[in-house]
Amino acid sequence: MRSVFPVLTVVVVIFIAWYAGAIALNARWADDKAERAGVELSLTELVADTWSQDKPKLPAPHQVAAEIWKTTGAMVAKGRGFSKRSLFYHSWVTFSSTTLGFLMGTVLGVGLAVGIVYNRTMDMSVMPWVIASQTIPIIAIAPMIIVVLNAVGISGLLPKAMISMYLSFFPVVVGMVKGLRSPQVMQLDQMRTWNASPSQTFWKLRLPASMPYLFTSLKIAMAASLVGAIIGELPTGAVAGLGARLLTGSYYGQTIQIWSALVMAATLAAVLVGLIGLVQRITLKRMGMAQ
Amino acid sequence: MTGDTVISAKDLSLTFQTNDGPVHALKDVSLDVVKGDFVSFIGPSGCGKTTFLRCMADLEHPTGGTITVNGVSAEEARRARAYGYVFQAAGLYPWRTIGGNIRLPLEIMGSGKADQDARVKRVLELVDLAGFENKFPWQLSGGMQQRASIARALAFDADILLMDEPFGALDEIVRDHLNEQLLQLWDRTGKTICFVTHSIPEAVYLSTRIVVMSPRPGRITDVIDSPLPRERPLNIRETPEFLEVAHRVREGLRAGHGE
Repeated sequence: MRSVFPVLTVVVVIFIAWYAGAIALNARWADDKAERAGVELSLTELVADTWSQDKPKLPAPHQVAAEIWKTTGAMVAKGRGFSKRSLFYHSWVTFSSTTLGFLMGTVLGVGLAVGIVYNRTMDMSVMPWVIASQTIPIIAIAPMIIVVLNAVGISGLLPKAMISMYLSFFPVVVGMVKGLRSPQVMQLDQMRTWNASPSQTFWKLRLPASMPYLFTSLKIAMAASLVGAIIGELPTGAVAGLGARLLTGSYYGQTIQIWSALVMAATLAAVLVGLIGLVQRITLKRMGMAQ
Repeated sequence: MTGDTVISAKDLSLTFQTNDGPVHALKDVSLDVVKGDFVSFIGPSGCGKTTFLRCMADLEHPTGGTITVNGVSAEEARRARAYGYVFQAAGLYPWRTIGGNIRLPLEIMGSGKADQDARVKRVLELVDLAGFENKFPWQLSGGMQQRASIARALAFDADILLMDEPFGALDEIVRDHLNEQLLQLWDRTGKTICFVTHSIPEAVYLSTRIVVMSPRPGRITDVIDSPLPRERPLNIRETPEFLEVAHRVREGLRAGHGE
């Protein structure tokens, strides 16, 4: 409960800044309209106008909220919660490629990390490539992945998930390499005195020791995965997904639609990262590592 | 080498190659440890006492000479799980309970569930930790953790116990108590113990033989057979015999340092 007050304070400050920003950014358009109509706007009329334009430069929070309600709750009430105009539908599309990409990225990342820790050649050769892969702007490589995979007959969910995977495996590799190497020399010597096999050392020492590192990485990977999924939706012709909503919104200057998709994406990320946090808490508690 | 010799080192040398040139951690060290002995290794830092212990455990590879444990090479002895090793830090796994930690070497060695339970129960009683099986390490004090790590080294019933300054990080009172318990344990189990320490009273109180070592190059300067009886109450440390042995150890250490 003690954290409620600081959080609320920050939220209030954000809202004040947001409304003020809406006035500042949208006032010009309101003034232009008034001038063309030959009327003089009072201050209250000006403010009211900046908070209720159709295509504002910066939509006010209540406009975004209304748009989100219109495309989620209201559609559910009409029994069309999963139609193509519903944000639930688009969120689901983004969610499915995010999750698939996240799972693929986690498997790839853990696999590479095990290779790097256990194989000197891989340690020397793979790590530089892993780092190099992340220096390439994903926005440049995403269309190529889509096109190349399409040419070999793979389309739909998988290419988008691949882009998610491309972004999400990296934090997992880095975190897991550190985690698998976290046991002290003494603990490894101890395993040696018991004549433990390499696989026993892995399952009984290295893997459990890496768990706190893994979960931290998974949280970053999930957020990166969502970014990947959204970027992956852009070159597919903006058919479906939160990325598609962002793109069509920007085509038609529908700023309110862009912002509501953004808020939805942020909510999705918060929920997914929160879920990992929950699994982390439960796992570490059962392992006795959360004190 | 008699039939009772458990560990036998002959002209053992170990040289580390460093950027500042070779470091002679051990040079021409020869020693026989007899079954049932309690041998302490004492000396200043860098005298190679820990390195010697690690050679016995096949954690270091000597660059010269030979070492046998139970009549075979140190590596074969390690593979046969001939010894339990207690490190300076308890090194318990935080994600395992005390019982789980003691079970760990047993799991690795593939013993059955019922056998594991029986052994865990037995060694916990041996180190006076009965009832703590389901606690996690962070719920125990440092001394109790170290006792748990000794229990872990005892769990698989090796005849040899190698201990590398196991009580070095503990305070004096806890240390006295653990020394007393260790002696009782040694008496009851008849194990052969090699014990590395910094402390003269600890070495004299515990050992049947005290090996005094000195650095640069690491070597043995004196081996003292203790005249003290096997039965040793704590107050034996005020007897003239005890003080005489302690004096001889101190002299040995000083002589090693003077060169």
